[in-house]
Amino acid sequence: MPTVGVKRDLLFEALGRSYTDEEFNDLCFEFGLELDEVTSEKDIISKEKGEGKAEGASETVLYKIDVPANRYDLLCLEGLVRGLQVFKERINLPRYEKIIPAKGEGQKMIITEETVKIRPYAVAAVLRNITFTKERYDSFIDLQEKLHQNICRRRALVAIGTHDLDTISGPFTFTAKAPSEIKFKPLNQSQEYTASQIMDLYRTDSHLRHYLHLIENKPRYPVIFDSNGVVLSMPPIINGDHSKISLKTRNVFIECTGTDMTKAKIVLDIIVTMFSEYCEKQFTVEAVEVTYPNGKTHICPELAYRKEKVKPELINKKLGISETPSSLAKLLTRMCLSSHVTGNGNNIEVEIPPTRADVIHACDIVEDAAIAYGYNNIQMVIPKTYTIANQLPLNKLTELLRLDLAAAGFTEALTFALCSTEDIADKLGMDISATNAVHIANPKTAEFQVARTTLLPGLLKTIAANRKMPLPLKLFEISDIVVKDPTKDVGARNYRHLCAIYYNKSPGFEIIHGLLDRVMQLLEVPPNEENGYTIKATEGSAFFPGRCAEIFARGQSVGKLGVLHPDVITKFELTMPCSALEINIEPFL
Amino acid sequence: MSPSVAELLLQRLERTPPGPEGGLCSLEAAAALGLDHQTLVGAVKSLQALGEVIEAETRATTRWELSAEGEEVLRDGSPEVRLFRSVPSEGLPQSDAMKLPGAQVGFSKAMANKWLRLDKGAPGGPRIFRAVDAVQDVVQSSLRQVQEGNGSSLSERERTDLKRRKLLLEVTLKSYWIRKGSAFSTAVVRQETDLTPEMIATGSWRKLPFKAYNFSALGLPPTCGHLHPLLKVRSQLRQIFLEMGFTEMPTDNFVESSFWNFDALFQPQQHPARDQHDTFFLQDPAEAPELPANYMARVKKVHSQGGYGSQGYKYEWKVEEARKNLLRTHTTSASARALYHLARQGKFTPVKYFSIDRVFRNESLDATHLAEFHQVEGVVADRGLTLGHLMGTLQQFFTKLGISKLRFKPAYNPYTEPSMEVFSYHEAPP
Repeated sequence: MPTVGVKRDLLFEALGRSYTDEEFNDLCFEFGLELDEVTSEKDIISKEKGEGKAEGASETVLYKIDVPANRYDLLCLEGLVRGLQVFKERINLPRYEKIIPAKGEGQKMIITEETVKIRPYAVAAVLRNITFTKERYDSFIDLQEKLHQNICRRRALVAIGTHDLDTISGPFTFTAKAPSEIKFKPLNQSQEYTASQIMDLYRTDSHLRHYLHLIENKPRYPVIFDSNGVVLSMPPIINGDHSKISLKTRNVFIECTGTDMTKAKIVLDIIVTMFSEYCEKQFTVEAVEVTYPNGKTHICPELAYRKEKVKPELINKKLGISETPSSLAKLLTRMCLSSHVTGNGNNIEVEIPPTRADVIHACDIVEDAAIAYGYNNIQMVIPKTYTIANQLPLNKLTELLRLDLAAAGFTEALTFALCSTEDIADKLGMDISATNAVHIANPKTAEFQVARTTLLPGLLKTIAANRKMPLPLKLFEISDIVVKDPTKDVGARNYRHLCAIYYNKSPGFEIIHGLLDRVMQLLEVPPNEENGYTIKATEGSAFFPGRCAEIFARGQSVGKLGVLHPDVITKFELTMPCSALEINIEPFL
Repeated sequence: MSPSVAELLLQRLERTPPGPEGGLCSLEAAAALGLDHQTLVGAVKSLQALGEVIEAETRATTRWELSAEGEEVLRDGSPEVRLFRSVPSEGLPQSDAMKLPGAQVGFSKAMANKWLRLDKGAPGGPRIFRAVDAVQDVVQSSLRQVQEGNGSSLSERERTDLKRRKLLLEVTLKSYWIRKGSAFSTAVVRQETDLTPEMIATGSWRKLPFKAYNFSALGLPPTCGHLHPLLKVRSQLRQIFLEMGFTEMPTDNFVESSFWNFDALFQPQQHPARDQHDTFFLQDPAEAPELPANYMARVKKVHSQGGYGSQGYKYEWKVEEARKNLLRTHTTSASARALYHLARQGKFTPVKYFSIDRVFRNESLDATHLAEFHQVEGVVADRGLTLGHLMGTLQQFFTKLGISKLRFKPAYNPYTEPSMEVFSYHEAPP
């Protein structure tokens, strides 16, 4: 969930009233937002770097608001205010207008063929006669950063560049050149650098170094320049200093380049709809003509309004409410989906604005109607669905065995399914390749290298963590292990194992053996070879020689029991003798 | 048999005169009997347990004793006197004097008592001279008084002074003043602890006295096994689902393909929503060998072009991405499989499914977040279901857990719409 930080007082000023923290919390709850934290810059620095460093920092109250991941229109103060004001019916949703300049007067951008291999798509737009204040400027920069982090997938899919139009002159060219051929003064630098030098320059920059890899090893880097060869930007890394925006900037040229056209369009739409509020002609955006390598031209931004028809019965039926078509239309309008009743009063026409790219199916409209109606106003009913419940046989058996093992005096443990390779191999005297284990590709630590193939290490680690408890320690676990299985559609499967261990001054093999007999008794498996179970002496790398047996039930090997090998005991940092039993219970279903 | 300590005590006690004055001091009695005081206290305690045989009142007496340092002073004399005696008639350089043992304390004391004088301007450095001819070691003699048991003959001020110099210790002694009780007798009767089979057989229990049982102590904990607390909750939740008619889904696969975990659930391939669950991807087996072909084609189409009334995400959907194996990040993948099987069944029948099982997330661990945890999942599939039905089902479920007040909040999930988060609350007490 992305978090947006807004200055509380600015927010209240824009909303036209102030709230207590609790009141605002409730408003957020209703709308689907979450007031995560009330803090200040001073508090933030205090927490991160200590109180000393926070001296002199701003104490202005900041609201940190969690916003749903699919609502790009709520990622800045402007969007939040607009959404909340429409929700509270204090304003109407503004109508965003695309102004297409007279022929020959508008800005143009030409995309050349060289971009196809590295960053094929670009869209652009102009905000005319905009007025920035410090707050608006900061918000403008913050929104770009938020979009970069979320929908732009950390600039990989889309990168945004914003420029002072009065410092550059079109038509603009978006192309890709060899690094040595690109030279300009990057934003906030004092001299010119070539593209290769820029890579080195920002290698240690805490912010920009994460994006270098997107173009670094390619033969050509993307670059946008104007008709005089002035470089606007080298996406996705950095803009040029020449065209940088200041508080005095009046005309803004916005370009979005990337590898995903749909997302580039959405991103541009969001930026222009949010900030056109500050243009002299409010909520208007000047179009830019973009020409592709194949000669096709495209007028940006999209700013599309889409009309959908939704039947009021559908909304009522899906939610379990019964509202009139006109009241439903009103509810939707409150959610920035301007609607009115059409047809013979039996249909609703919904207009989806460019800020609501998240609405892709009728169910999205239904959800918005529900939010405006208020989830907690919907009457709760019980489905009339009549079903007889069935337990999964494997889980039913597990539950029965758990109770009886506890009744036998053993204590249940719940251990991790992920462990280190040593835990299931070396410490048990085996080689990892013999375990047929599933390996994790991106473990954060050694504790997450493999999925367990046996429950024994988990139980032994539990004992190691409880050495101070009085002896004997008797533990059990009935849970899943994981092994590779090429016959399964994913290539691996779980088996339900039962494992019990006895840890005391004497190994207690007869006790573990007795437990096995008891489990077989419960499973109604008699102690004979023909139609029941037997145990046969065997060797096991984890077991003490001469004290290990394999368990056969109805001809099939189901597990082993025995006294653990002293090497195993010491490798798990234990000191007492220990006997163990592990079987697969699935054959007994 | 020689009399026990308790019996000796009782005999002594019998000889005391009646009335409030009559009684024994435990310290004196122990000394008289030639016993360690603690042994006598033990006897007193055991007699007390028999009931009203004796009355014992605790008393505290203070005594004065010499500390280890005090013993040293008694033996060798106080530091100030020792220093005085070390100073010859021609005096001693201060620097030399300070090197003598105990000189620090001794010097300041001797100066305070005006036994020595210091000539700062003497040739060869500051020099100490005797100011008087002879002195008396009052400290030593005081300590001797204490040693001989006459500590009380010293004045309060002297004692405080000696205590401050850590030469004297105040020791509190707990003793008992023992008197005859209402049920006094010189015979110590042995009490039985428990009923035995012989007593039952012979009927001797009727005549024997039994020791009082200590009802305020805890009993013996039974040696039993235990079920794990989290799994007890799991059993409870399972029971609730079964009571509500939900059938258990199979979830016995921790390893899942990205297809079932993400793509079939409309979670786009290159989108922050997929990072919402930080995932454990597999090295081996890295890819799922088998994916349902027809279903996959439909999933691909909806992601990349739309369909079934949806605009779709309009991006290039890649099968390699869907094949990537991972440890499931939610049990919803099992629900997807269950619904897929339901759909292939031909004729639709309404169902209620549930599962409670383990899921895996590769996020940073902290005090309340582990990489593995359990999820509870329920699905109801029927005709004519509404959001109100979902809320009603949740209400019933939580009521069975003892939680009846719920609030619902709009949320976002790639695979549910409308989506909600459930909160429970308690009313504040009036």
